[in-house]
Amino acid sequence: MDTPNTMSYMLAGYIIFSVTFFGYLVYLWLRWKLLLSDEEDLQKFETKE
Amino acid sequence: MSPQPRALVALNVVSVLLLGASYYASLVYAPLEAVMGAVQRVFYFHVATAWVGMLGFVMAAVAGIIYLWKKDLKWDAISVAAVEISLVFFFIAIVLGSIWARPIWGTWWTWEPRLTTAAILEMIYLAYLLLRQGIEDPEKRARFGAVYTLLGGISVPVTFVSIRLFRTIHPVVIGSGSAEAQGGFNMAPAMLQTMFFSIIAFSVIFVTIFWHRMRLASLANRVEQLKLKALD
Repeated sequence: MDTPNTMSYMLAGYIIFSVTFFGYLVYLWLRWKLLLSDEEDLQKFETKE
Repeated sequence: MSPQPRALVALNVVSVLLLGASYYASLVYAPLEAVMGAVQRVFYFHVATAWVGMLGFVMAAVAGIIYLWKKDLKWDAISVAAVEISLVFFFIAIVLGSIWARPIWGTWWTWEPRLTTAAILEMIYLAYLLLRQGIEDPEKRARFGAVYTLLGGISVPVTFVSIRLFRTIHPVVIGSGSAEAQGGFNMAPAMLQTMFFSIIAFSVIFVTIFWHRMRLASLANRVEQLKLKALD
């Protein structure tokens, strides 16, 4: 029995996994950076007061 | 914000290595399945991401119970972090399953018990995050969240056992499933090793991301306190 060629489905699966997984990590990193910059601004505001 | 603890830095390194090794094991080490071909290789990440997804949902329910008991908002933050990460992993599991189904079942999606319960599970927790946003009082929000994750947690074992209880075309790889299952296969030792390795690797990755997510929650809380102070 011949093995079917389903390579494109496998590639699509691993690409979608990688994009979603690393996309989520980038999203978390961006949230972290935004919060850090907010914290810095608020601390500056606090010392001015 | 304090720098990352050494244990977290070590976990980062271990997680990267484990993820790389999981890719290698799934794409190279595991043998090609003769009947399905290359698409069978998505199975390893499909099972591992589904496992991690369910683990987080159960963790959120447990944190919910502890919140109701201790009334400490830290447990609410743990619930939210676990649900958020699990939503991502469970979404990946559903999409990978759908990609596998196309050449094997001849359809991207069918409303059979496992797929239906999995879709409901994902929507229950998506609604959890959306509904939380509508409650301003942190105590009320945490109480609602705790009860919700507790009730939502019931759908986790239902989804897990659905392929063992109902007539379904979804295969059961370990144990015996429905007679109508399509796409089942006997696992060679290397396939079994790859599956368990991926499950362990993704569990460690989950812990690492969870730790980062908790640090993020703590930073968000600190920023919120500073904002309130600035408004006074």
